[in-house]
Amino acid sequence: MSYPDKQIKELEQKARKIRRMIIQMITRAGSGHPGGSLSSTDLITCLYFAELRHKPETPKWPDRDRFHMSKGHCCPLWYAVLAESGYFKVDELRNLRKLGSILQGHPDWRTPGVNVASGSLGQGLSVTLGMSLAGKLDKRDYRVYCLLGDGEIQEGQIWEAAMAASHYKCGNLCAILDYNGYQIDGKISEIMNLEPLAGKWQAFGWNTIEINGHDISQILQAFGQAKDMKSKPSIIIARTIKGKGVSFMENVVDFHGRAPTAEEGEKALKELA
Amino acid sequence: MSEKMMARDVYGETLVELGRKNKDIVVLDADLSGSTRTVKFGKAFPERFFNIGVAEQNLIGVAGGLASCNKTVFASTFAIFASGRAWDQVRNTIVYNKLNVKIVASHAGITVGPDGASHQAVEDIALFRVLPEMVIMVPCDGPQTRDIIRLAAGYKGPVYVRMGRAKIPTIENKPKFEMGKAQILRQGRDVSIIACGIMVKNALDAAGILAQENKQARVVNMHTIKPIDRQAIIDCAKQTKGIVVCEEHMINGGLAGAVSEVSSESAPVPIQRIGIKNRFGQSGSPDELLKKYNLTAGDIVEACRKLMQ
Repeated sequence: MSYPDKQIKELEQKARKIRRMIIQMITRAGSGHPGGSLSSTDLITCLYFAELRHKPETPKWPDRDRFHMSKGHCCPLWYAVLAESGYFKVDELRNLRKLGSILQGHPDWRTPGVNVASGSLGQGLSVTLGMSLAGKLDKRDYRVYCLLGDGEIQEGQIWEAAMAASHYKCGNLCAILDYNGYQIDGKISEIMNLEPLAGKWQAFGWNTIEINGHDISQILQAFGQAKDMKSKPSIIIARTIKGKGVSFMENVVDFHGRAPTAEEGEKALKELA
Repeated sequence: MSEKMMARDVYGETLVELGRKNKDIVVLDADLSGSTRTVKFGKAFPERFFNIGVAEQNLIGVAGGLASCNKTVFASTFAIFASGRAWDQVRNTIVYNKLNVKIVASHAGITVGPDGASHQAVEDIALFRVLPEMVIMVPCDGPQTRDIIRLAAGYKGPVYVRMGRAKIPTIENKPKFEMGKAQILRQGRDVSIIACGIMVKNALDAAGILAQENKQARVVNMHTIKPIDRQAIIDCAKQTKGIVVCEEHMINGGLAGAVSEVSSESAPVPIQRIGIKNRFGQSGSPDELLKKYNLTAGDIVEACRKLMQ
């Protein structure tokens, strides 16, 4: 399936805009996680602006597709996408991590568009599985999506959920794995190797789709392939670059959880202009 | 001799009764459905029952996801796993999100018996009591289990229900059941005994022994540990010489902790704690263990005497 160039261009521009919002937000807040937010940006931009069935004006619409950000520390990306979709005012992004803000340091259930809070790594796939089972039970045709981090899937609970999602034949469930190759302490391959990664998910009974997580056309195609698979849960294993879009952040593990300084923020915004 | 029932049998039956009336009820278990009796619901409503396998963290997470889609979810396993293995999941997925999940655990307390320390949950109340707005309830007998499960199904939000493994005698003539309202089972002005779960029966037996010595003990069934009935505790503190708190749980952080907190803030009074003291359990029959760990009516009598001196 090929997608019109115009659509691809628009999504690329949208992703660029989202990246700028992430940088502004985290720089202003003085803390947060830019690296993983930027590596997942293309994936979640495509999800929200080309794939997800939702009504921002009715966040609790029962037939909405559900998205859950299991790697909750990348919520600046989610907040930017939610604001850009119209769940709340873009101005609200100024309040990231501030006392009393609806935009907490990790996703909070009070934020419009957030279904369930997250932040404690490893729990999100189970939550998404619960949503998937509810959809099947109620014979609703919504789909559920879950963003996982590569470091995160070192948590055992992920594999408990992986086993169960395949057992219950959750074709309406699609996990998106941001495989940027870095965790807080360094390279995934050196800290706790995940390979053979696709083989692991296949062995757990998942429909496994491997893509370049920065190629819009591949991302859209992967969502389509996941949707076509009715009898198995799908996982999109997306090869990404941590800090993507900002030259001095790319593959720099220091920016996993460090805010840019004012000067760095400015420099980053210039690159993303 | 009053009828003896297993709380978990009543739980299984009540789930089926509720499931018939309420199509939004979904039940989950983690490979212990035979022991927790959720199997009864599973047989009656297979499409609304999910066995998650030996995976308690996933059990709680899936329960949360279902609840986020407007299901009333009952998730069951043994107390030791619900509170220990899955505590972070309960905290972050269920309670923080105020999701409508009822964690109904069986095999709590030392009277699990021969399985020994690894399976004797004597810390669960303490572990859950620190979670904001979580409701914690401990039935003292079969009929009260029914009351609690019915109430939990209608209550919106996270609830923990603690049940034991063994048969327990029914306590007759209890006042009307109401969440968060302690039941005075026996009036008395000399000393108060506040108990929960299987210890309520021992508390009543202790009060019977004391009555023979012309000492009148007030016996209070604190079936709701959280939110706790502050007034009932203050009344005990002000109207009697002291309080003996009895629980099949560590003496720290559980019912005694809750009672002590209220008393020290609002009505200081001497308190004696009957419970497990700074050690693990071990294998044995329930009766042997109750003796060994000083949880008998005799132990309660002795604690009361200390307070009345």
